[in-house]
Amino acid sequence: MARYHILHETLYDYGSAVSLSQQMLHLIPRACPWQHCERFDLDLDPEPSWRQRREDAFGNPVEWVAFHQAHQTLHVRAEMTIDVRPHLPASLALAPAWDELIAAIAYRGGVAPRAADLNAKRYLFESPHVRIKHELEPFATDCFPPGRGVLEATRALMEKIHTEFEFDPEATTVATPVLEVLEKKRGVCQDFAHLMIACLRAMGLPARYVSGYLLTHPPAGQPRMVGADASHAWVSVYAPGSEHGWVDFDPTNNLLPDTQHITLAWGRDFSDVSPLRGIILGGGGHEPEVEVTVTPVEG
Amino acid sequence: MPRTLLHHYARAVDRYDEILDPSGRVRAHWKPLYAHLNAAPPDSMRQRIEFADRCIEEDGVAYNVYADPKGQERPWALDPLPLVIPAQEWRGVVEAVAQRARLLNAMLADLYNGQTLLAEGLLPPALIYGQHGYLWPCTGAQPPGGVFLHQYAVDLARAPDGQWWAIADRTQAPSGAGYALENRLIVSRVFPDLFRDLRVQHLAAFFRALQEGLEHWAPVDQGERPLIVLLTPGPYNETYFEHAYLARYLGYPLVEGQDLTVRGDTVFLKTLTGLKRVHAILRRQDDSYCDPLELRGDSALGIPGLLVAVRARRVMLSNALGSGLPESGAIMGFLPAIARRLLGEELLMPSVATWWCGEKPARDYVLANLDKLVIKGAYPTQQLEPIFGRELNNAQRDDIVRRITTRPHAYAAQELVNLSQAPVWSRDHGRRLLARSVGLRVYAVATPHGYQVMPGGLTRAAGRPDALVLSMQRGGAAKDTWVLADGPISALSLLTPVLGVADLVRSGKNLSSRVVENLFWFGRYTERLDDTARLLRVALARLIDSGGETTPDLQAMVDLCIRAGVIQPGHDEGDDAWVPIGTRLVDAVYDVEADNSLAYAVRQVLWSAAQIRERLSLDHWHSLNRLQHNLQAAGQRRHELGETLMFLDQVLQVSSSLTGYSMDNMTRDIGWGFLVVGRRIERLAFLASTLGAFLRRYAALQDIRLDWLLELTDSIITYRSRYSRQPELLAVVDLVVFDERNPHSVLFQLQALLRYSRRLATELSEIPLDLLDQEFQTMDGFGLWQFETQPDHACTTLAAHLDDVATAAGELSDVLGMRYFTHVDAVSHQTLAR
Repeated sequence: MARYHILHETLYDYGSAVSLSQQMLHLIPRACPWQHCERFDLDLDPEPSWRQRREDAFGNPVEWVAFHQAHQTLHVRAEMTIDVRPHLPASLALAPAWDELIAAIAYRGGVAPRAADLNAKRYLFESPHVRIKHELEPFATDCFPPGRGVLEATRALMEKIHTEFEFDPEATTVATPVLEVLEKKRGVCQDFAHLMIACLRAMGLPARYVSGYLLTHPPAGQPRMVGADASHAWVSVYAPGSEHGWVDFDPTNNLLPDTQHITLAWGRDFSDVSPLRGIILGGGGHEPEVEVTVTPVEG
Repeated sequence: MPRTLLHHYARAVDRYDEILDPSGRVRAHWKPLYAHLNAAPPDSMRQRIEFADRCIEEDGVAYNVYADPKGQERPWALDPLPLVIPAQEWRGVVEAVAQRARLLNAMLADLYNGQTLLAEGLLPPALIYGQHGYLWPCTGAQPPGGVFLHQYAVDLARAPDGQWWAIADRTQAPSGAGYALENRLIVSRVFPDLFRDLRVQHLAAFFRALQEGLEHWAPVDQGERPLIVLLTPGPYNETYFEHAYLARYLGYPLVEGQDLTVRGDTVFLKTLTGLKRVHAILRRQDDSYCDPLELRGDSALGIPGLLVAVRARRVMLSNALGSGLPESGAIMGFLPAIARRLLGEELLMPSVATWWCGEKPARDYVLANLDKLVIKGAYPTQQLEPIFGRELNNAQRDDIVRRITTRPHAYAAQELVNLSQAPVWSRDHGRRLLARSVGLRVYAVATPHGYQVMPGGLTRAAGRPDALVLSMQRGGAAKDTWVLADGPISALSLLTPVLGVADLVRSGKNLSSRVVENLFWFGRYTERLDDTARLLRVALARLIDSGGETTPDLQAMVDLCIRAGVIQPGHDEGDDAWVPIGTRLVDAVYDVEADNSLAYAVRQVLWSAAQIRERLSLDHWHSLNRLQHNLQAAGQRRHELGETLMFLDQVLQVSSSLTGYSMDNMTRDIGWGFLVVGRRIERLAFLASTLGAFLRRYAALQDIRLDWLLELTDSIITYRSRYSRQPELLAVVDLVVFDERNPHSVLFQLQALLRYSRRLATELSEIPLDLLDQEFQTMDGFGLWQFETQPDHACTTLAAHLDDVATAAGELSDVLGMRYFTHVDAVSHQTLAR
């Protein structure tokens, strides 16, 4: 088991006064079987005029805050201590073949589906950042020969993306469409996650977008992972029969997340779980400064 | 023997005929209308059609067609002949449509809470989770009373055997009920006797029921009366006419997203006197655009935080957010089983046969029978135009087959329906009825006693004999729908009175800031139109008087017009680019592209009027539409000077009738106060700056005749009756600057402006009027005797004062804008942090 202290700071300097601001924060780690949140603090400056906490439709905790007084800066500081247990799948080979899985979960009129299959279908179709275009299948198809296990096929897809794509923070923005990423072969963790999800869904497999953190400075001898100084994103694929029903893949680092990945929230794509999503009235520039520090806690 | 009206009417072969029975005889319920048409002399029908067209033009009924290169709005096409439906048959339609509304409401309630339909396999998840219209943030939201669908519409078609079929459900924000109402107002006036004798059922009760339902369920705190608003995407929406029309008819403020704001979990309307809580929103905006915080973030149209208020049940949306789901035609095939499961009932009216390609047997059938089917997107947000299998060539067919095979769940196919046919009046041939396919859109509203169906609806007739699609966008026409009563007509449902003395409203307290701002600009623009027309009229009259020669007096006039920005500075005579003054003046009248031209001023008036459409009476609209009509008619020809002068006279008539309506017929609330202040500011600024320039020039060159100053200020008659002699400087200045009883004098404007502004200030916060008041004192104390002793010096001194007055008027306008309107233009934007 690993224990981490996480500090996630976001600073907006709007340049001019913002008279009204509403924000939806996905900053509170969701409960998962392999994760336990020991302590969580959320500090906001200025103090919000109104706030409310509840779960969203995907089971993530969300904090809504509103600022009704004029302000020029917004500082959001989320601090937490979290335990993460190992949860790698015992073997990738145990999962069903991807094409059999698709057949097994297909809709049959008048027949009640398994609850887990029905739930997985929330993550099977188009979503705002994951448009399913016919260019995706040719890219992904060689990873999916008939009869291959769904987890092995997914790992092949992850490797393909990791090999063919270059990490480049300058190449894309939060709004860059998946097809453009496919064409440029560049992007950041969010783009790779969206692309991989789009490919999986195009093949007919349910896939989720996971938002979270990475250990900033790995133990001596291990390489520092890409994306460690900001919030991170990876992919989870539906794999009935595995311990948790879903298995995570990180295409940015070409590995299966385990105790060095901390899960914050999941949804269909980035739009469901953006750490800070807001609407402001007024203000000039609004590019935030974000800093994430994840340090191991002894004990 | 004269030919009958039906001589050219094509007999139905493979379809139902509304007017003729299979043996070719006129059906009983059509006989009175048919007899009436047959007996009517040809001239009288022509007159009636012209009457209907005039109504449409003057009421400004329009249907905006985005793709229409000819402009924003196209007049609504209306065929004067109603579709007649007997009482007996209608009862079946009512029962079936009310059941369908109940069913779709129950289906939505299930899909947003619990999803037993998915859990039991009665609906494929692809048709719900695959739809962008399924709004995840609305999961678990429970609208007041469990009502998702307050308004529901269904498109019906009649099969060859006479049975009505549902072909499309409208659940997002069903449009057309307002057009149905407007059609009724017009057609019942086209056939007034017939309308009464046939005992046609009235529509008013339907709209009362809508109001009743909204008031019943609107979540109010103890003692509150619900504030209900109608939310429109704005004047660029294709059915904006209807939004304004309904808002006016129902008495609800017409608001855009920016007029509303969410504080905490409560929605407010931004009014001049502060934030007013909104309890219910009659929504004509698509739901995905309603809250940029949680739904589409790229939209400036929405109300950030609205979903918070919805989940807290502090506001009711009608229809509920997320209620567009049943518009997916692919769902139709699943409805019978859903009806059994949720209602324990059989569907009373069948849906057109539909195959969802996501199921293999259905897909195989569709691919094997493309010729007989019409292909549609399974998701309304795909915005796929229907594809008719039999119209495809080989390449197109291969393409659609490939698309269906790749993403089968995104496609559905429907059987082609042979629509019934009904007679339309031939406009090209006079006395002749033509057979056209018709479809009927029927409306239902939720009331505490169940769904109530409008007795009537919007009938649409195809534009061409062979048209497969009924669409107002493709040249079809609308018809009124006459549902006959078999008992006495109840004029109106009797409502229990709910208003007490404490609820009486005397001021426009629920006016949004945006509406008030637009009223202010409407006031300014109508006055600007008037000023521009007067200035150009004086200049043109001078030109005609001088026989086309450039006299010094004319040159002075032209210089003032240039200074006022009404005409553009030209080149010297002899230059290649020289344009004769006559041409420049005519251009200043008709050229919409030129800044400050009269045509441009007309456009500004129409634009600002469009923003406050529901606040203006129909009389206002008649004048405005006449203005637009005259300008369009005039704009298409080369222009003689005399003709242009006549056009200016017409413009001034319209402008004075607009003023008359504003002064005489508008309620004197805060909005009206801003309109009047806007008018006074504009007139004061115009008079002061023009008179100042005039006096300065007069002092320097003395080449201007004083009488045009009297013309410009409409003061000739007063002057003549007072002095019976040629205009003299002192007397003219006294009349047009200082005479407090002359409604065109500077001092009159100053006094009126101060009076109306102070009145506004008592209802609102303080309005800084010191500067204006100071200018008034200065002007009031001006010694007119100076014109006897040192006329030139008096002219320049007064000119300087007038410049100050014009500046003060401009500053008041800015202050009002800063204080009351500023937030209207402020744009929200999305911020994202990873």
